[in-house]
Amino acid sequence: MEKKVFARTKGLTEVPMRYCPGCGHGVIHRLVGEAMVELGIKERTIGVAPVGCSVFADEYFNCDMIQPAHGRGPAVATGMKRVRPDCIVFSYQGDGDLASIGMAETIHSAARGENITIIFVNNAIFGMTGGQMAPTTLPGMRSTTSPFGRDTKVAGNPIRICELLSALQGPAYLERVAVNTPANVVKAKKAVKKAFQTQIDGLGFSLVEILSQCPTDWAMTPLQSIARIKDEMIPYYPLGLFKSPEEKK
Amino acid sequence: MGEKDLMKGNEALAEGAVRAGCRFFSGYPITPQNEIPEYMSWRLPEVGGTFIQAESEVAAINMLFGASACGTRVMTSSSGPGISLKQEGISYTASAELPIFYANIVRGGPGLGNIAPSQGDYFQATRGGGHGDYRVFVIAPNSVSEMGNFPRICYEISEKYRMVTMVLADGLLGQMMEPIEFDFEPIDPTKLPPKNYTLGKQDGRERRVVRSYDLKPGFMEEHVWKLMAKYNQVETHEVRYETSLIEDAELLIVAYGTSSRISKAAMVLARKENLKIGWLRPITLWPFPSTILNQLVSRIKKILVVEMSAGQMIEDVKLAIEGKAQVFFHGRPAGGIPTEFEVLDVIKKIYGK
Repeated sequence: MEKKVFARTKGLTEVPMRYCPGCGHGVIHRLVGEAMVELGIKERTIGVAPVGCSVFADEYFNCDMIQPAHGRGPAVATGMKRVRPDCIVFSYQGDGDLASIGMAETIHSAARGENITIIFVNNAIFGMTGGQMAPTTLPGMRSTTSPFGRDTKVAGNPIRICELLSALQGPAYLERVAVNTPANVVKAKKAVKKAFQTQIDGLGFSLVEILSQCPTDWAMTPLQSIARIKDEMIPYYPLGLFKSPEEKK
Repeated sequence: MGEKDLMKGNEALAEGAVRAGCRFFSGYPITPQNEIPEYMSWRLPEVGGTFIQAESEVAAINMLFGASACGTRVMTSSSGPGISLKQEGISYTASAELPIFYANIVRGGPGLGNIAPSQGDYFQATRGGGHGDYRVFVIAPNSVSEMGNFPRICYEISEKYRMVTMVLADGLLGQMMEPIEFDFEPIDPTKLPPKNYTLGKQDGRERRVVRSYDLKPGFMEEHVWKLMAKYNQVETHEVRYETSLIEDAELLIVAYGTSSRISKAAMVLARKENLKIGWLRPITLWPFPSTILNQLVSRIKKILVVEMSAGQMIEDVKLAIEGKAQVFFHGRPAGGIPTEFEVLDVIKKIYGK
């Protein structure tokens, strides 16, 4: 007897993904899709796709989707959730989208405590546009606009989003996870589900920062890039819980 | 209806929007339109609507993008610098074919400019304002009554054609007080027909996507031609204008908004001196009343364009008349406001007096 132990989640469409081999987006999309199905919210979820490699997320998530301007996801999500509080609204964003051009929308939606969920994929680079420096690019890290390595004297230090937002009263749930090991993937899924549950329970703003690898723009092989998560990313962006929804209950 | 009220222009505009079914407003403070968000902050909760003071005009237009995608009648307002900030969102909204309504209460520009009334944003309004091939329905009130009654027209057009609509007013219209009687009964937005493109609970239907892009070769071009076909319909069916004393006119003043009222007063003064002056007031600026203008210049050979700008609508006048008449211009940019006596002097100079 054959037993099916794994299948593509109904939270994702059948459209083949365009992400590079080794990219974290594929896994992270799957976690979000599975969470929507397991929590029974898929039919009332609206997702916001960013501008970036995951601009195409509007083709991959099997729910109503909207694709607005770069960085504006949290504002769009705010508008949608305010007029449709019965829907679950999430904004899926990269680090250029969320921490660079969209920083004001990120901070203010968090400060207002909007009852939305943000899935923040941090791969310390601008992926789609070919590998420019992002606000999250590590000190000394090479990119196409920091060809000699990020010089903190002129570019400053990278921004830690979970730490930054945890200074605000608005957020109900903030956690940083990674998808570089199977154990971390399991933890990341738990965090994604917890974030959606925070919204379902009406407790307020939730954000999961997910450290991810970009083999192509890091100029590494997939395995090398996964090793970099452990060796360089996690030491700068420590994994862990920053705000617990239990505090809001 | 049947009830006359004395209202400030900005407040009439806000009340007109709410009365027409607006249930979401997001905006940011900027003079001379602050009365609009302030009014909305208490009026919308009265009707179960949502008011948000956004962190910027950029955030505000994007909140509208989301709320409109979910089927709500939305509004934002701003002036000069804030309207410039919104242009990216407006381009996205036009491409995604979402209905929205916004208002520009124009102040002196460019740059931070000043807070005096102006008409210097005509190009920005009528040429879309943002990037790419698209058009925005632009309607220009010239009274508090029209400030209150035009939002309903904008919502109807925005939903009929799935496009961005706007009121182009100025600081004078926004700040002045006049009697107003609404010409329509309050609209209950919950009774409006449902839209087949909005997002929310699927309830058994296929999932929907709102997007403004298509990278597949040829698809974006096809999309733009589809938009243009829609805009052609608007140009055919939705032009609005007003005329006065054109039957025997030798010189036609063309002016909109506040300039139109000043010019009409100048026309009355000129007629007292037996000068055969007529008046055409474009009410929709896009679509521009090109057809009527083109017809009139087969008989009227002198046009005087009066604008509170360095000359923007004059270009549309010249395009419309195809060189068949002489065009004169009187402009006062960046907060200058002409008087009817000033315009009368200009008319007399044209007559060589």
